[in-house]
Amino acid sequence: MSSFTEPTGYRDYTTAEAPLRDTAAPGGPIAERWDRRRFEAKLVNPANRRKHTVIVVGTGLAGGAAGATLAEAGYHVEQFCYQDSPRRAHSIAAQGGINAAKNYRNDGDSIHRLFYDTVKGGDFRARESNVHRLAQVSVEIIDQCVAQGVPFAREYGGLLDTRSFGGVQVSRTFYARGQTGQQLLLGAYQALSRQIDAGNITMHARTEMLDLIVIDGRARGIVARDLLTGRIDTYLADAVVLASGGYGNVFYLSTNAKNSNATAIWRAHRRGAYFANPCFTQIHPTCIPRSGEHQSKLTLMSESLRNDGRIWVPKRAGDSRPPAEIPEDERDYYLERQYPSFGNLVPRDIASRAAKNVCDEGRGVGPGGQGVYLDFADAIARLGRDAVEARYGNLFEMYERITAENPYEVPMRIYPAIHYTMGGLWVDYDLQTTVPGLFAIGEANFSDHGANRLGASALMQGLADGYFILPATLADYLARNTGLAEVPADHPAVSEAVFEVSDRLYRLVSNNGDRTPDSFHRELGTLLWDHCGMSRTEEGLREALARIPALRAEFWQRIKVTGSGQELNQSLEKANRIADYLELAELMCLDALHRSESCGGHFREESRTPDGEAARRDEEFSYAAAWEFRGTGAPPVLHREELTFEYVHPTQRSYA
Amino acid sequence: MTTMNLTLRIWRQAGPDAEGRLTTYQVSGISPDMSFLEMLDTLNEELILADEEPVAFDHDCREGICGACGMVINGAAHGPERTTTCQLHMRHFSDGDTIDIEPWRAAAFPVVKDLVVDRSAFDRIIGSGGYITAPTGSAPEAHATAVPKPDADTAFEHAECIGCGACVAACPNGSAMLFTSAKVVHLNVLPQGAPERESRVLDMVGTMDAEGFGGCTNTGECATACPKGIPLTSITAMNREYLRAVRKR
Repeated sequence: MSSFTEPTGYRDYTTAEAPLRDTAAPGGPIAERWDRRRFEAKLVNPANRRKHTVIVVGTGLAGGAAGATLAEAGYHVEQFCYQDSPRRAHSIAAQGGINAAKNYRNDGDSIHRLFYDTVKGGDFRARESNVHRLAQVSVEIIDQCVAQGVPFAREYGGLLDTRSFGGVQVSRTFYARGQTGQQLLLGAYQALSRQIDAGNITMHARTEMLDLIVIDGRARGIVARDLLTGRIDTYLADAVVLASGGYGNVFYLSTNAKNSNATAIWRAHRRGAYFANPCFTQIHPTCIPRSGEHQSKLTLMSESLRNDGRIWVPKRAGDSRPPAEIPEDERDYYLERQYPSFGNLVPRDIASRAAKNVCDEGRGVGPGGQGVYLDFADAIARLGRDAVEARYGNLFEMYERITAENPYEVPMRIYPAIHYTMGGLWVDYDLQTTVPGLFAIGEANFSDHGANRLGASALMQGLADGYFILPATLADYLARNTGLAEVPADHPAVSEAVFEVSDRLYRLVSNNGDRTPDSFHRELGTLLWDHCGMSRTEEGLREALARIPALRAEFWQRIKVTGSGQELNQSLEKANRIADYLELAELMCLDALHRSESCGGHFREESRTPDGEAARRDEEFSYAAAWEFRGTGAPPVLHREELTFEYVHPTQRSYA
Repeated sequence: MTTMNLTLRIWRQAGPDAEGRLTTYQVSGISPDMSFLEMLDTLNEELILADEEPVAFDHDCREGICGACGMVINGAAHGPERTTTCQLHMRHFSDGDTIDIEPWRAAAFPVVKDLVVDRSAFDRIIGSGGYITAPTGSAPEAHATAVPKPDADTAFEHAECIGCGACVAACPNGSAMLFTSAKVVHLNVLPQGAPERESRVLDMVGTMDAEGFGGCTNTGECATACPKGIPLTSITAMNREYLRAVRKR
């Protein structure tokens, strides 16, 4: 069990080169760094701001907040989303809540504690400076959102209500019933709409970024396709901000929206932006199990359910009795048993793996034995049905709609699913990628969550980046680069990017093979879930690394897309995204193979403590792995950014 | 598990200016646990392999919250259950059924292709006043103003609107009153929304009319079709706000 294998892995695939350093990070006491960075940042004269054009790709919490804030400041913003309206970005589906160190409960919370919890929760694979700034900014986010009219839950006295969330022991999560993401997103969308109406933002809905334009080493624009007409256009600017979300859909089945995709960040990666920690993916423990082969996506249910629901499976493997017929002493409340102080509120990665383990033991419930019970009987007895309904009514309703089972009477069945990706484009303290002028915010970057994200922290990070951090650091970039030459529309780099995009689309529509885009996506997803999912082994990763290039070759031979590129063509959109997943998947497996430790969401079976828990290996792996692209199928180059911990001393996480 | 065989009659229209018509398709082996959109996915996979163009439809989160999906199913917006199309499951249909599937029909929502329509008029209604002006950085401390819980609950109830457009599709007049009133009430009931209370309702109603939505005749179909349960009284409340604002001017 505890046999550590040497990291033999990645060397036969790739090479490591110069380490990477975050040169934007200020020094000094951690609590003063953000102030210091803002003071040292150059400012753009208000009268000059309208001369600067900034491209923002994505309209979720990060992109929506950034677009609105930049436009309010006076910059001209060109904003893009693939949806028919900026209001539909997938941030909208976040349910549970948003963390902020307000300490309204007087329960011992503070900025330092939120910082500490996030670094620890991330299993010591995040940068201290970034995380501390996130905790500082968290308190301003709540003020901002309340001012916009976000209808957070309130108590009878009229003040804001909070609840506690997985992995922490204070009550710092603000929420709007089970629709917190929706309400925060609508707040950002409304601010964005106000700026669109005022003419400060040109909104390009149903327009998808397909490439990045880099000129003289700087990001100067994008190539985008109008999804209605198929028209390929270029947009030029002084800086480009990617707020295009994560890459969870590489797994086919995930809780992401069907059209969420990795194309924007992957194309940027191909143009020179390093991709950091791609193997850090988060599996969410409380999703509705799949019901059959037809399953097109998975539905998450807020982990706030774990505040009152108790998770259990039968003690005996193969016990097929209905839950009500299983007596109390034949049930195993395995989280409460293994982790008595956190119980059902252990972090997501631990809860997910524990569920997998009991299912692997044959004690899973529901179709295929891929599920565990989440039981509200005790909560209903203690609080009454009305109180439970007030807290979770919409989640119970959603569950019943999907499964046709009533969770007030029968325990819910849940199973882990891919939910969030901590990895993403490498960014420095300024949220700037390795391509000057290219910024990545929200889930698209890798910066704040380390190897595991705590619940209710994604909304916090997206809004922190968009409302407060990027607008300050981007201004500094613009102020220091006022003399950027105008890019002629026929610049060779522009023509080349347009040609590559058009050529690839043409290859897809003209291939006329015999397999649908979805059939490839499902196959890739299954391969990744089996070998780069909840637990990973060297053997499995090597198998995946052998099969992915073959699948990619088959894709280009056999893909079939009907219709043309000059119209609304949803199959073409899908196929084009899958082509990128087939490259990204390889990098994820390679990253997972090289990191032969277990940490956070990345669990290597070879790296375990004697009692079977994940064993982190700081002496070898206390770094962020940033990968440089060298060509499709060519070995990427690893650049390590060493992580130092001055304020939170790395310890093996313990939630027992 | 028993599966179903179904006959689908789907509106096919190649583009905004093309003629459209209902085309009949057969699908078999449909599981009752499938969502309606998964049933259409099944059809589309078969169409691609048969060298036919798959049916275009908007969808994204498939969790009933993004508001992207929406089709008229057997004459009802989002079909027989009070939910979004993505959250409608095939267990509500029977083996041998014929199902008619059409796009939203409204003057202000022109058809783009097949079941996809243009709902950008909704964005313009919001842009004309569906916000509270609070530039980033200008916010007071969140607890500076307490909001009575009943007001906060009313705001939330109306803020739940997902902008799917079912209300417009269900209305015989193609009116967007319920969509507009949901936002007006959400923001106007909050103390933070008070300074723009009058201009908000006047501007949003003005844009709504200019976008070509029909008038309200209190039919109530909108609230019946709304997957999020925005109440019909929302319209009454907006009318009150409108009258109040007009009188004040």
